[in-house]
Amino acid sequence: MPGQTLFQKLWDAHVVHIEADGTTLLYIDRHLVHEVTSPQAFEGLKLARRIPRRADAAIAVPDHNVPTTDRSQGIADPVSRLQVETLDANCAEFGITEFRMDDIRQGIVHVIGPEEGLTLPGMTVVCGDSHTSTHGAFGALAFGIGTSEVEHVLATQCLWQKPSKTMLVKVEGQLGRGVTAKDIALAVIGEIGTAGGTGYAIEFGGSAIRALSMEGRMTLCNMAIEAGARAGMVAVDQTTIDYVKGRPYAPKGETWDKAVTWWNTLHSDADAQFDRVVELDATRIAPQVTWGTSPEMVTTVTGRVPDPADAPSETKRHDWARALEYMGLAAGTPITAIAIDKIFIGSCTNSRIEDLREAAAVAKGRKVAPGVKLALVVPGSGLVKRQAEQEGLDVVFRDAGFEWREPGCSMCLAMNADRLEPGERCASTSNRNFEGRQGQGGRTHLVSPAMAAAAACAGRFVDVRDL
Amino acid sequence: MQAFTVHDGLVVPLDRANVDTDAIIPKQFLKSIKRSGFGPNLFDEWRYLDHGEPGKSNHDRPLNTEFVLNQPRYQGASVLLARENFGCGSSREHAPWALEDYGMRAIIAPSFADIFYNNCFKNGILPIVLDAQIVDRLFRECGTNEGYALTVDLDKQTVTTPTGETIPFDVDAGRKHRLLNGLDDIGLTLLQADRIKAYEERRKQDAPWLFG
Repeated sequence: MPGQTLFQKLWDAHVVHIEADGTTLLYIDRHLVHEVTSPQAFEGLKLARRIPRRADAAIAVPDHNVPTTDRSQGIADPVSRLQVETLDANCAEFGITEFRMDDIRQGIVHVIGPEEGLTLPGMTVVCGDSHTSTHGAFGALAFGIGTSEVEHVLATQCLWQKPSKTMLVKVEGQLGRGVTAKDIALAVIGEIGTAGGTGYAIEFGGSAIRALSMEGRMTLCNMAIEAGARAGMVAVDQTTIDYVKGRPYAPKGETWDKAVTWWNTLHSDADAQFDRVVELDATRIAPQVTWGTSPEMVTTVTGRVPDPADAPSETKRHDWARALEYMGLAAGTPITAIAIDKIFIGSCTNSRIEDLREAAAVAKGRKVAPGVKLALVVPGSGLVKRQAEQEGLDVVFRDAGFEWREPGCSMCLAMNADRLEPGERCASTSNRNFEGRQGQGGRTHLVSPAMAAAAACAGRFVDVRDL
Repeated sequence: MQAFTVHDGLVVPLDRANVDTDAIIPKQFLKSIKRSGFGPNLFDEWRYLDHGEPGKSNHDRPLNTEFVLNQPRYQGASVLLARENFGCGSSREHAPWALEDYGMRAIIAPSFADIFYNNCFKNGILPIVLDAQIVDRLFRECGTNEGYALTVDLDKQTVTTPTGETIPFDVDAGRKHRLLNGLDDIGLTLLQADRIKAYEERRKQDAPWLFG
């Protein structure tokens, strides 16, 4: 019998029951909750006179709607405010721990889970948010769900699932200077496409992945969903264990030792079989920049905007032409000739301390270019913000002309006041360049934090390796 | 949940690949704490020429007459014909809520994003995967025949065209059963309460740090 994949090990540890057709009742260890996708789930519970099966397994935080400016007056938009107040009320009613807007631990749900040790290796983690794949960086099975399933998990602590197919994305070699996990993520999506991972759980492996910090692994797994895979994951190693140790909700003492013994088995066996294997050479990955309205529309900073005439199919030709029209770009334009209006450094993809350090290293001693209207830095959590301030990163950003904000999802999806105006072009460290994502008519280019900071200072894209 | 058995409906073709859930229902409408009322804002940025906001009346907003949903011949459509990777991106269930509220009962595409596909079944919408070449042909037939309608039979797992051609499709047996009967998932799962409890007792021994 061949060995098991990490996915199979995680799956097997959470099987409650298997139906005749293979549909499996899977136990959920951690349920992360935010204000946007939970109100209807709580309402459903109440209407059916149900209560959460395990309030202790859930943790809630408002992140999508929160302002990133002064919060002392609360949320100005009454619709946003009601949604956050509804979360507060639901958590109070059902005994769910919530890090409220005025709590230093408040932040983006996918940043605070790992930061607090609420995300642990070997767990099943769900959240009504597609970027839940982030938590797979810890050797966990983590995936996004809809609101009906949020209600289902609250009521039963389980979900009905069928096992995914497994894909190994193997990245070997050493990343070049200035090339980051974000560039690996975009290069993978460029390779397999935004639907390439549909139906799969992706495991990222190889020497380039083992060399990544936990922050880098989170960035990579975060974007598994952008390749179509609900779950991305990385095997547990010493980097994982070192990150988790001492976190507030991590096990302690003897329980810690017991946990580590199990966690150290959470890797694919050497002879495990995957349904698909994709290999990338890390030494050949250059800083990536998206040019279109889907994350798969990506090239390198040294590249050019492609010509729809060169598209591989008629459907793609149509899509590329439409994307260029929306983005206001002409085929053949060098990426480094594209001028930028706004910069966004933040989101569940790239708002952790390491991301801010990389961006600050570029911003240090430079100034935001005169043509740039706004350069935002939005830390992923109150604790990331505090850490950055202790390191003096806020001063570096402010001196360079960036705005230093309060934590939240912010301009990744523009549910709060941070957004693009029609036609504005943004270098963004977020995860989606969809039409209208950052504001109706806004034009998004996805890049790494260092590339975003470099674009802010040059007023256009520049190759961070040349600085 | 509304059951789905047989549905005969006018088809509207949306000829774009990778239609994401941000396009299906833009973020500002996600601030609602309700499950209903999203239909008028389905595909809001494509459907209207101005910027939509929650609470704003949609009746006097300028329509984008080029957008397929606004064309007179497609009024009343309840079957959406789409391209590959439909429903990608955000997990927002507001996307199927908006489609359902608008009146869509079935969506036909060569492929769907996983989370969206799953969310449809929770809301009485049947997502149907057909071979890309067949979908291509349906697009052509729909484009050239005004009033083009399809009959979707979930029990038989068939789509029937106006000429009587019958196209089979696959659907997971468990999902089919629940959708045919409009069953509440949670009620069914709670029948497994003893098994869930047994799992928890076992797990508490093996991994005590996951509890409390």
